[in-house]
Amino acid sequence: MKNGNGILRFLACGSVDDGKSTLIGHLLHLTGNLYDDHLRILQEESARIGTAGGVTDYSLLLDGLMAEREQGITIDVAYRYFDTPGRKFIVADTPGHEHYTRNMATAASQCSAALILVDACRGVLPQTRRHALICALMGIRHLLFVVNKMDIAGWAEHVFRNVEAQCGLIAGELKHFGLSLAECVAVPVSALHGDNLVALSQKTFWYEGTTVMEWLQRIRPRARMERAAPRLPVQYVIKVARSGNAWQNGVGEKVRNWDTGTYRSYAGTLVSGRLKQGDRVVVLPSGLRTRVNEIWCGDLEVQEATAGMAVSLTLEGEHDIVRGEVIAPEDDTPEVAHLFKAQLVWMDEQPLYAGRHYLFKSLTGTATAEIIRIRNRIDPATYQRLAADHFSLNDIGEAEMALSRPIPFDPYHKNRETGGFILTDRLSNKTVGCGMIMHAMRRAGNVHWQFGEVERGERAAIKGQKPCVVWLTGLSGAGKSTIANCLERKLHGLGRHTMLLDGDNIRHGLNKDLGFTEAGRIENIRRIGEVAKLMADAGLIAITAFISPFRAERDMVRRLLPHDEFIEIHVNTPLEECERRDPKGLYRKARNGEIPNFTGINSPYEVPETPEIRLDASISSVEESADVIIRYLIDHNLL
Amino acid sequence: MNKTDALHLLEHESIRIIREAVAEAERPVMLYSIGKDSSVMLRLALKAFFPMKPPFPLLHVDTTWKFREMISFRDETAARLGIELITCSNEEGLRQGVTPFSHGCRAYTEIMKTDALRQALDSRGFDMIFGGARRDEEKSRAKERIFSFRDGGHRWDPRGQRPELWSIPNLTKNRGESFRVFPLSNWTELDIWRYIAHERIPVVPLYFAAQRPVVERNGQWIMVDDERMELAPGEMPRMKLVRFRTLGCYPLTAAVESRAATVEDVIRELESVRTSERAGRLIDFDQAGSMEKKKQEGYF
Repeated sequence: MKNGNGILRFLACGSVDDGKSTLIGHLLHLTGNLYDDHLRILQEESARIGTAGGVTDYSLLLDGLMAEREQGITIDVAYRYFDTPGRKFIVADTPGHEHYTRNMATAASQCSAALILVDACRGVLPQTRRHALICALMGIRHLLFVVNKMDIAGWAEHVFRNVEAQCGLIAGELKHFGLSLAECVAVPVSALHGDNLVALSQKTFWYEGTTVMEWLQRIRPRARMERAAPRLPVQYVIKVARSGNAWQNGVGEKVRNWDTGTYRSYAGTLVSGRLKQGDRVVVLPSGLRTRVNEIWCGDLEVQEATAGMAVSLTLEGEHDIVRGEVIAPEDDTPEVAHLFKAQLVWMDEQPLYAGRHYLFKSLTGTATAEIIRIRNRIDPATYQRLAADHFSLNDIGEAEMALSRPIPFDPYHKNRETGGFILTDRLSNKTVGCGMIMHAMRRAGNVHWQFGEVERGERAAIKGQKPCVVWLTGLSGAGKSTIANCLERKLHGLGRHTMLLDGDNIRHGLNKDLGFTEAGRIENIRRIGEVAKLMADAGLIAITAFISPFRAERDMVRRLLPHDEFIEIHVNTPLEECERRDPKGLYRKARNGEIPNFTGINSPYEVPETPEIRLDASISSVEESADVIIRYLIDHNLL
Repeated sequence: MNKTDALHLLEHESIRIIREAVAEAERPVMLYSIGKDSSVMLRLALKAFFPMKPPFPLLHVDTTWKFREMISFRDETAARLGIELITCSNEEGLRQGVTPFSHGCRAYTEIMKTDALRQALDSRGFDMIFGGARRDEEKSRAKERIFSFRDGGHRWDPRGQRPELWSIPNLTKNRGESFRVFPLSNWTELDIWRYIAHERIPVVPLYFAAQRPVVERNGQWIMVDDERMELAPGEMPRMKLVRFRTLGCYPLTAAVESRAATVEDVIRELESVRTSERAGRLIDFDQAGSMEKKKQEGYF
């Protein structure tokens, strides 16, 4: 039997134009994995649209999509297969452009080794560092820096040594970051001419390391998962009624003669470790304890299963185990939790904010996930952890999340299969991100979550919204209360938690002791401001509708609240119009001298200089005014 | 087979894919094209659910221009395994007399294969559809996901594919949308034959060399399988020792000259062969970016 050394999945990455596709194409050719008709088409195309100038342009071989060939760039991951006497290789050729980083992370999640291309003349670029980080983060522990275009660099040793030293620094920084590599070396090559790909080149007589192919042959991709604790997430429950017709033709009596009415086995892939007949196991999260009866590998009964095998187990006793539960040895079980800290790779154009909900899927089940807090963002070029309150497309960082139910897991650094998960948007069904579980949040270091006070952000997060104060100011009769009512009704319809504060529920209650003197009006606004702040702290969208004529008081309230959470709205209806409307007959009374200190008549109204919104007096409709406010809230990520 | 063999690993990965798709499907189905890849895929499905029959039917899109030996092999296989087999044809196309000769290769494929498939999938509401395609067959296939999302019109959007992370596919979808699932994505032609040899999987005898009546067209050998084959004036079928590397509609599938009469012979031949498998598939070459365009319209 050929390729007895199994399969190695690796990816080729690096900055745009560093020669990834050329490297892979040439490796395919040198290992005899290119068919004549493919080679013929390739040579024709090289002459017609190639960019290698007379030499075969191997990149055309891999850029399979029409758009890629037209634009001369790699958009999506391409998979290629090499067959060698020793082993089969599956190589993922990944896009170098920053915009396609999510595709690179995707490919890396399934690979055991990475070739990172570096242009000898340009040296290590930010994109090189970014790719090294993503590879290490996704759990790849074997990195080979392929220092390419040595032919252009005149095969100068000092050029290579210089780049090699830069690559060495990356390994050191990754270790410092908490990602230790098993292997990180550099090799000088010319992908175009084939030097040091499968045979050592005379041109690098000063180089004593391995060729790219030798390095790939030596890696033991499965050793780690074989040593890890045994885990079998149940994928599918096989059930056959003894007397039914669902049995495959030719199934023997031994199998059919099941002692209860229904044959039941638990199908799944043993993702790590070993499992033998008779092993004592526990099923999580249910906690059921039992023993492995038989292990089936297709129609063959086996004594033992090892990591990677798709098997089905029959268990001692009769149980009702469901998809997603994990079968593990009694003395080495996964953790079960619903609060995690995880590293996320964000893959969606819509940014991630704390408080958002997504569908979580791992090998051990699905749940609703809420992002409770974004801890930091990692600068992929410097490996620094930066403060962040959201993730944009291609951002990587740490976040805390809560699931709707506890699920079994292992930390990602211990098990790449049971420590990874994806997040999908519940409306669009798109995969918006992926994550690697770091640890559950319930140990000593995280007592905060059990005993600490509930924080402001958490109160809003549980409501799935961002709090703010929408402060409407303007003359009496300007329409503040009507607009505020309409706005609250619309927000309520959008599922937002709101509270409207206006004269009716404040002047008649909390502030009924206050008069309309200047001091009374200032105290009135101060109290309303404090109440609105408490409402926002509680996670609500507070809407206030008061004349609030003085700039100083409005600014005082603004200072009580976090930046961006105070939205001052000037309802800019001219005095003449307000007086014409005079809904409560107050203007008439004021003109008659019956009301002292009436704003606009015998007390000033200080027009806001830079309100967030000034509602145009020409917008007559209440609806339109409320919609202007809602549009503002959406545009500023408050809705 | 040793546990560290590439073939062993491929087998187990494919079984995992089949189980995952079925676990999340409402109405799964397996496209059965009667070829060697379908035969391997079917064997993997039997292993995935042993001792239970695979919980889905087989679906064959019959253009009525398949080799006769393929049809008899198909019916024998379904009967031997006791698995439900659904066959469908584009009845409208048949009524209008659409043939590879009358409408040309491109229109014929569109009408008799792609349209027929879409009709069959829509009428029965299949949402998870297994296909035996491999990434080493063609450039645009090398870019396609294992779990490939199709919109309500069965269209493939090559630029908007869902990322596939670890072994955790995102199989969420709305009603009317579906997935094409390719458990053999990572297999090569040689892997398929080595597995057929190892597992002693029956395949259509057309894969093995025999004296067959052929005519030469554009430098390729086309077999005259029945009297419907339209011969050019003066064209005379002659007997030649040939076999097929790939099987489709007989007027569109070229034979290769070969002496490989057994599975072992075929493997030896492939280990030294210098041309690709689909070089004998005429429909792949009818226009530039041909396969990608067909797939966008709903072709496998």
